[in-house]
Amino acid sequence: MRVEHELHHRRRGRNLGVGLLLVGFVALMFGLTVVKTLSLGNIVELERFDHVARPQLVPQEEAPAQ
Amino acid sequence: MTDASMTDLSYPGAPEAGLKDYFALLKPRVMSLVVFTALVGLVVAPVPVNPFIGFVAILCIAVGGGASGALNMWWDADIDAIMRRTKSRPIPSGKTTPGDALALGLALSGFSVVVLFLAAGPLAAGLLAFTIFFYAVIYTMWLKRSTPQNIVIGGAAGAFPPMIGWAAATGDIALESVLMFALTFMWTPPHFWALALFVKSDYGDAGVPMLTETHGRRSTRRHILAYTLLLLPVALGLGFTSIGGPIYLAIAVVLNLQFLGGAWKLLRRDEAQAEADGYAAEKKVFKISLGYLFLHFGALLIEAALRPWGGSWQILSGLVGA
Repeated sequence: MRVEHELHHRRRGRNLGVGLLLVGFVALMFGLTVVKTLSLGNIVELERFDHVARPQLVPQEEAPAQ
Repeated sequence: MTDASMTDLSYPGAPEAGLKDYFALLKPRVMSLVVFTALVGLVVAPVPVNPFIGFVAILCIAVGGGASGALNMWWDADIDAIMRRTKSRPIPSGKTTPGDALALGLALSGFSVVVLFLAAGPLAAGLLAFTIFFYAVIYTMWLKRSTPQNIVIGGAAGAFPPMIGWAAATGDIALESVLMFALTFMWTPPHFWALALFVKSDYGDAGVPMLTETHGRRSTRRHILAYTLLLLPVALGLGFTSIGGPIYLAIAVVLNLQFLGGAWKLLRRDEAQAEADGYAAEKKVFKISLGYLFLHFGALLIEAALRPWGGSWQILSGLVGA
């Protein structure tokens, strides 16, 4: 049986608080990502962030002649 | 590394810093003013902001303000231990270590600036970073202990939040946001000096030059009137910008006449008169100053709330014409 160090008992409240703050931070970043993504005029623009060349993103007039 | 090596307070029975001690390092009372003025700056801006982005921006401004408070407590731990008003703060009372305050201040500064950059763009984040630097380095480390104008300089840091809120919404600096900055900046010195006139401070024991002690109370009374006069055109001028209106102007005229009248009364009194009535006039001016800033920013919120109906000028002209 694993005996917990008494320090963990004394710091339980603080550790729970830090845990909640971290969960809050994750929620904040997730929410920010969702809002920023949904606020893009055209959702296809999101693909520009992955550094992969995609022909469908190139405007028609700038596309090289076949 | 063992748990015991992580802190010198980790032996059984030793006081353990709790979350509320770390929260106290962020100067929550100052944060509440920061949140309110930043919120007004954001709401009165002419560009609608997504509510979640607005929430994140206000949170970052509040956390950034708190971070600069923690850095201030880290640097000023020596003088905080001397003064009655500050000796129960977390560091002088032994609840947290100076290292904790420094780490918390730096971590939250980084967090708030980076997240604000992601949420609201480079101008708002840059202004917040400058505010933290201004308060922690220029005010706390550099000028607080060297000039009796420290209150004026410190006031600038407290005046930036509405400007950051505006920048978070618009991505820009405008006359309106500069005037909101100026309103808080000009209000701070008479507010604190009125308090300094009737509260027996021990700043002198801590080596912090305060105007009441370096230049005397007579000079402090003159300074209060001078700043109240400078405040007048700023407060009224804001009423003629795009975020002002008749409601704001009416409130501003009443409040500024009250404040100016109080400052004039303070100038005409000497210490004997003040002591005779228990600093009644000084306390009254301080009380007026407390409501002054809150009501000005509150009036700006009312003007913004009336915007969907064409704004208060249009509503007023409609009422007059009817």
